[in-house]
Amino acid sequence: MSKIRIATTSLAGCFGCHMSILDIDEKLFDLAAVAEFDRSPITDIKQCGPCDIGIVEGGVCNAENVEVLREFRRHCKVLIACGACAITGGIPALRNGVPLVECMAEAYLDGIGTENPSRTVPNDPELPLLLNRVHPIQEVVRIDHFLPGCPPPAEAIWQAISDLLAGREPTLSYTQLHYD
Amino acid sequence: MESLDDEGVVLRVGEVAARHGDDPHRLVQILRDVQAALHHVPAAALDGLAQRLGLARVQVEGVATFYSHLSATARGHYHFLFSDGYTDRMLGREALVEQLCAALGVERGVPSADGRVTIEDTACTGLCDQGPAGLVNGRPLSGLGPMRIETIAGLVKLGVPVDEWPQELFDVADNIHRRDLLLAGPIQSGDGVRAVLERGAEATLAEVERAGLRGRGGAGFPTARKWGFCRQAEADERVVACNADEGEPGTFKDRVLLHTQPDLVFEGMTVCARVIGARRGLVYLRGEYAFLREPLEAVLAERRRQGLLGKAILGAEGFDFDIEIHLGAGAYICGEESAMIESLEGHRGTPRIRPPFPVVSGYLGLPTVVDNVESFAAAGAIAAHGGDWFCACGTAESTGTKLLSVAGDCARPGIYEFPFGVTVAEVLEACGGSGARAVQVGGPSGTCIGQTEFSRRIAFEDLATGGAFTVFGPGRDMVEVALHHSRFFAHESCGFCTPCRVGTSVLAQGLERIARGGAGRADLEPLKQLSGVMRSMSHCGLGMTAANPFMQTLERFPEDYEERLAGDDVMPAFDLDAALAEARALSGRDDAHAHLEQRHG
Repeated sequence: MSKIRIATTSLAGCFGCHMSILDIDEKLFDLAAVAEFDRSPITDIKQCGPCDIGIVEGGVCNAENVEVLREFRRHCKVLIACGACAITGGIPALRNGVPLVECMAEAYLDGIGTENPSRTVPNDPELPLLLNRVHPIQEVVRIDHFLPGCPPPAEAIWQAISDLLAGREPTLSYTQLHYD
Repeated sequence: MESLDDEGVVLRVGEVAARHGDDPHRLVQILRDVQAALHHVPAAALDGLAQRLGLARVQVEGVATFYSHLSATARGHYHFLFSDGYTDRMLGREALVEQLCAALGVERGVPSADGRVTIEDTACTGLCDQGPAGLVNGRPLSGLGPMRIETIAGLVKLGVPVDEWPQELFDVADNIHRRDLLLAGPIQSGDGVRAVLERGAEATLAEVERAGLRGRGGAGFPTARKWGFCRQAEADERVVACNADEGEPGTFKDRVLLHTQPDLVFEGMTVCARVIGARRGLVYLRGEYAFLREPLEAVLAERRRQGLLGKAILGAEGFDFDIEIHLGAGAYICGEESAMIESLEGHRGTPRIRPPFPVVSGYLGLPTVVDNVESFAAAGAIAAHGGDWFCACGTAESTGTKLLSVAGDCARPGIYEFPFGVTVAEVLEACGGSGARAVQVGGPSGTCIGQTEFSRRIAFEDLATGGAFTVFGPGRDMVEVALHHSRFFAHESCGFCTPCRVGTSVLAQGLERIARGGAGRADLEPLKQLSGVMRSMSHCGLGMTAANPFMQTLERFPEDYEERLAGDDVMPAFDLDAALAEARALSGRDDAHAHLEQRHG
């Protein structure tokens, strides 16, 4: 039987959720026995191929995020929103209360230590263009499952993955959703 | 406009507070009067009242910012609040508001440059049978049309004070089309009170029980049980409170009852007072019905003169009871009984955690019976005529009659008093609404049904209702109806609990997307889930029922949704390319990567 394929990505996130994925520790061996990674920071594969599970960390803050997210949706049978930023926009969405023009000015023109004699905002097509607000990923594509937490605990991530591997609907117990 | 400095404001609000005995529990009443006197509640008034009433400033501010009839910035000398009920919309209110704005050169929601005029929207003002309607300086405007708007614009331009406007502008009709037990005028004033004195409190309670009377606000709790609980509660003092905060859009039967049968309502309250042993009665009248206050006060004065209120009622030693009228200030949530009590106590209208129920701990912690206007009217009649008289009418589980507020797409909107058990089709026949596409029974929080269900009955065991009966004709778009009511709930949520505060807004946004064709079939699923969360997790009935318009129209009129859905998948919740416009402008880019398609393959 061929291994199931998993892809992961971090959009507007901090990679903290990916750290939490690695935190499943020795279960990574169990996972490696039945699954292999497609596009993911773990493999450094740049384009996502057909996958069984996609795990997305972070919200959507720029045009590239939208494209990557759509690529994941196109290729992954099941797409999981992993963590607070993917589900709500999280910390990056704190900029939503600040007009984009002020964000850009702070970053490229007036920020302490910024040297920009031309006083222009970069226009290189290599740089993803920012959306005026940061959005949760379910506002752009259909999401099948949501893993809350900042980051979601490793046990919760493992629970969700092993449920999916076993063909079950992922369910988290109350203690896995209780953070205080 | 009278312009006062801060010191002047403090003096002025001090006078207002003094008229209310500097009683912090009368804060909502005081703030209403301040608003009327100063056309807003300025910051200095908050300071002055906090100090004078011994409250924290934030408490006063919390109350002042809760109610929509109170405003922090100045409203015009002419302050128009146009009713934005769906029935007003059916009758073309949008064009009329635009007409007045244009005639007076005023932008909606923004005071005119000279500060004289403010034109705003407000929730349904309870004149659905004679809309489009509205309020000017708290006085009702009904049956508006282009001619009336022109007249009004002329009066404003000439600077004629509202008090000197032609009376016909303020006429409010009763529009009673069918009378039964209650509207036939079942008793002479005093009959009920005399009967309770002859029969005794306990026997009267037994009659109310025999009558099978259930709460007319819509919930249908057995009235005798409620009174019994209150009577048994340990306390030196008990309270009778009449819920006349008739805010459910489409409902106006309490207005008509209070206008045509006020004696009967007060009779019921007095009977209740005797049964439970209360000395204090309160009527919480919705702010939109302020015009009823004067006539009601006159009726109360007459009853005092007749010895039907006051000390030793009808000579019965120790039977002391009087009734006081409180006005609301524009908050739908205050129709919820515990929120109403909070408001009566001078607080924000946030529903309480129950239990304890008001019958144990209500107004000022005293055992309190809160009943609907119509329930008290029925109780007054039952006291005089006995339980059998009442339960001879209606069904086994829903005895007596129900006043229905019929409005919308029908020939004869108005009040219909039918015995419980009447079918929707029979009501439609009577009001000239046959051929309707849908009927909303019990308002937005009630049940919206289609033609296949018109044989259902108005009764607690089938279609329970507080009294609204809104008819939607063949051409009506039910997505628009659901959207309108979702926005209403989002506006009226008190903000106390997250499922309701956030849920109502997210639901309204979702419906906006659906309505403008920006949603796919898969977008419906999260909205259904959200509706379930709101229903099961909200703190009070507002949040629990706020998703009804969406869920019910989706179930019964799926075709209205289908024709708008853009495919099976979800659609982005926002315009992706437009969301890049600002960054494009800032960077001067317009390459392929600087654009996004709304749909993807």
